[in-house]
Amino acid sequence: MRGGMRNPMPEQPADVRNKNFEEVTLGYTPETAVDEAERCLHCKVPQCVKGCPVNIDIPEFIHAVAEKDFAGAFTSLKKKTSLPAVCGRVCPQENQCEKHCVLGIKGESVAIGRLERFVADTARANGQDRSEHVDITPKGIKVAVVGGGPSCLTAAGDLAKMGYDVTLFEALHKAGGVLMYGIPEFRLPKTIVQHEIEGLKDLGVKIMTDVIIGRTFTLHELLGEEGFKAVYVGTGAGLPHFLRIPGENLDGVYSANEFLTRVNLMGAWDFPHRATPVCHGKNVAVVGAGNVAMDSARTAKRLGAEHVYVVYRRSEAEMPARKEEIQHAKEEGVELHMLNNPQEILSNEQGWVTGIKCIRTELGEPDASGRRSPVEIPGSEHVYDVDMVVIAIGQGPNPLLRHTTPDLVTNKKGLITIDDHEQTSIPGVFAGGDIVTGAATVISAMGAGKKAAMEIDKYLSSK
Amino acid sequence: MAKILKKCHLSPAVTEITVEAPLIAHKCKPGQFVMVLADESSERIPLTIGDSDAKAGTITMVIQAVGNTTKHICHDFEVGDEIAHILGPLGQPSEMGKFGTVVMVCGGIGTAPVYPIAKAYHEMGNKVISILGGRTKDLIMWKDKMAAISDELIITTDDGSEGIKGFVTDPLKKMMEEGNKPDYVVAIGPIVMMMNVAKTTKPFGVKTTASLSCIMVDGTGMCGGCRVMVGNETKFTCCDGPEFDAHLVDWDNLRKRSKMYVDQESVEYGCGGHCKCVEE
Repeated sequence: MRGGMRNPMPEQPADVRNKNFEEVTLGYTPETAVDEAERCLHCKVPQCVKGCPVNIDIPEFIHAVAEKDFAGAFTSLKKKTSLPAVCGRVCPQENQCEKHCVLGIKGESVAIGRLERFVADTARANGQDRSEHVDITPKGIKVAVVGGGPSCLTAAGDLAKMGYDVTLFEALHKAGGVLMYGIPEFRLPKTIVQHEIEGLKDLGVKIMTDVIIGRTFTLHELLGEEGFKAVYVGTGAGLPHFLRIPGENLDGVYSANEFLTRVNLMGAWDFPHRATPVCHGKNVAVVGAGNVAMDSARTAKRLGAEHVYVVYRRSEAEMPARKEEIQHAKEEGVELHMLNNPQEILSNEQGWVTGIKCIRTELGEPDASGRRSPVEIPGSEHVYDVDMVVIAIGQGPNPLLRHTTPDLVTNKKGLITIDDHEQTSIPGVFAGGDIVTGAATVISAMGAGKKAAMEIDKYLSSK
Repeated sequence: MAKILKKCHLSPAVTEITVEAPLIAHKCKPGQFVMVLADESSERIPLTIGDSDAKAGTITMVIQAVGNTTKHICHDFEVGDEIAHILGPLGQPSEMGKFGTVVMVCGGIGTAPVYPIAKAYHEMGNKVISILGGRTKDLIMWKDKMAAISDELIITTDDGSEGIKGFVTDPLKKMMEEGNKPDYVVAIGPIVMMMNVAKTTKPFGVKTTASLSCIMVDGTGMCGGCRVMVGNETKFTCCDGPEFDAHLVDWDNLRKRSKMYVDQESVEYGCGGHCKCVEE
């Protein structure tokens, strides 16, 4: 056992990877993984577990890696998470498990996320993840899961393991939600997402794509003639917010959702082999500073943009994106233009974007979010010459189910209201993830799916 | 998967297909649409539901081969083949009611989405006057179907090969000038035609609705690609529409947005970008 520095993650060089859609990080080798696992102090009262929304037994799986028992490590992970290859890649571990690691106080915490990814990738490569038999006693009770994102996949997997007859309804042609349409291939390869979903099918989960609840079936039809005894709603935050400034509907202006969905889910980076087109901006402005903004900026760069400007009204310190994502974006040539507030998008006569007019800002007093609020500097207007703009300032809750289910109580923001048992205003209908909390992380949505699965089991067992 | 049960060409560029889609057929209401992904490498496109049969579990769509994707569907799919994915029904159903005299203005394949709406209005006891327009005689579709549910059927062609020589707006304007103001006008067809119908009815203060067909990716409110300005407010055609007050739509913006991918559409491969010739 040793402390010191964590093992670095091997990566594609920045000037190579910013021209391809291959995964940026390459993963630990078995030797590096074992070496990293050996850094764990095996604390008597492990702090890391406290930071995990799905309560993975972190010391147990890390100990198995240190013992070179990669299969045992995987079995340990799978007890708590159905998507380890996903979590190992996209969880903000620095704010969760790794934040609590005792080694992090004086040096660097154990690279828990990288080890999770290593274990999941190893199990996938050798087929262990698909061959392990799970003992399931069927209960013969139908449960519906509405949505196909991380919280729904987790709820579906947990409910199936408990013996429920689970059907998952997804509106798009592929399940996975934001894992498929939002997070880019270079951060989370789509074959991995689909592989994890195949694992759910092995547990007996039926996945019905091309079905939109609220239209193809109503929520009440699921509980009525379709015979489901409980429903989990995890429809997510997929409604793109816009800035409400002039010029936002010009040609060449995208919501981050549209831009990323075209490239990720529809494969527009491979046009014309794939039929969906996407604009290839030469100079691109991305408005926003979260992970979605970083994903959009890095995607635009990979599509061949000469300049990608991230325009944000606060400073780099306030950027909500993960540090690692900001670092990767900068290495790849994305230019951060902080303290800039967009005022108008400009166009030529044909209605195409030619620029974005911004005003400089400085930081004033902290606002409601606790971050220093931007104050515009009069007379500092200036224009970035760009031919494409991506708006990445956040997403609201998907409104369709609310609009078609009047008795489903939501708050002012359109988020579904739940009680202490994750149940909505409709008995037997539970909800979780971004549709309840507003846009958050993959892992917090998974945590919600897990909790809801337990509550659904309690609810159905008491009937 | 939706199996194609019937396919026929209404004109060289216009194809009618009927597919097996029982869940959608059971649920769809006039005015709604579906998102279609013909095969795994295709583009998701919105198509309006022209007709449906809940008992048989089928829906009928009319497709004009204009872009790579519509050409792919019209040329490469035959009876017995399967459309990979169809999602629906989507969008707000048409407003139903007893309005009095309703004029249904159809341009080209706009007749398909008009049909179920006109049929419903007819069944509800409205007086339905249908105006079908096209460049030439061969482009007038579903004449008999429309005649069966219309109290009056007017045909216009640009070249005069059938009916009145002129545009759909000519008989509409004439009827209003003669004092026969309809209570409600519905226009579905090319953007320019719908814009002109709106311009024609506006001075007479006749309530006019247009059904818009925009570029969409998901069709469920998540991409915002179909956003349109209606009365200075941004609306999503997929969820808020597809029908809007034609007098409030920013037609110029809509026309420009519909051309966003003309450059990419000019990447023509005959096959529609779905065969090996693309690699050369």
